[in-house]
Amino acid sequence: MKGASKVYFGRRYMLSASHRLHAEALTAEQNRVAYGKCNNENGHGHDYFVEVMVGGPVNAETGMVVDLAALDSVVRERVLDRFDHANLNLDPLFSDRVPTTENFSRAIFALLNDAVPNGKLEQVRVEETENNFFECVGGRINDYGASYSGHKSDSSSG
Amino acid sequence: MIFLTRRATFSASHYYWNDSWSAEKNREVFGRCANRNGHGHNYTLEVTVAGEPDPATGFVVDLKWLKDVMEREVLAAYDHKHLNLDVPEFKHRVPTTENIAIAAWSRLEPAITAAKGAKLSRIRVYETPEIFAEYRGWQ
Repeated sequence: MKGASKVYFGRRYMLSASHRLHAEALTAEQNRVAYGKCNNENGHGHDYFVEVMVGGPVNAETGMVVDLAALDSVVRERVLDRFDHANLNLDPLFSDRVPTTENFSRAIFALLNDAVPNGKLEQVRVEETENNFFECVGGRINDYGASYSGHKSDSSSG
Repeated sequence: MIFLTRRATFSASHYYWNDSWSAEKNREVFGRCANRNGHGHNYTLEVTVAGEPDPATGFVVDLKWLKDVMEREVLAAYDHKHLNLDVPEFKHRVPTTENIAIAAWSRLEPAITAAKGAKLSRIRVYETPEIFAEYRGWQ
């Protein structure tokens, strides 16, 4: 058994949040056509499952890719504390972006990308319901990283 | 290319301990998992093989055959065992989920390769429904 190859460590979290799918650039009718029930004016909510996958070599002393408690702490601080029992539309990340689960998974990837305690963030999977899920494996996330910095300085005001 | 996954469960006990560390450091790094009397989990093992369906059978591999290989190579050694005490590869290696995924690959890969059908693609081991490790071979 060789010891230095890459292993992926996965951890699942749950958060409950509300949202409304509505694009400002579209007319009311176009929004209803595009988003259907999800366009309901007063919003609706989901129990989202967020699966974070970190890849890297297994530490020979600990047998671990990443310390679970340290990963939990980062995810709690950056994702769960921010979105659990919140309205996604009111978060600065979604001020100019519809909080679809595609965008939500990409936002979570950006929030965690430079913060995993060890290894590399490989994938963020978000399950909106038990019948649909989305996986972000990186890519166009830089604009979300900038928004994360903005949120930190804004958070004291509310 | 088709990826086919077979799932199985096993129950085992373990503890996390590095013999080259002090007791204090083991407790600091591994927390409750360092309790020397052990604790246990209901593990789920997912084995994914990749290949083309056989034109005659439509199978990538025979699922019954894969089930038997998993039972013979992994479950017979791990199910209802103490991983640290009963399983040779964990005598001197901490039985974390990561190391179990690598070890399960080592146990399964020769039999699957010898069958000259599908290739072993991925091993995923769930320690709980919220924690898993995945190994895709040497990368």
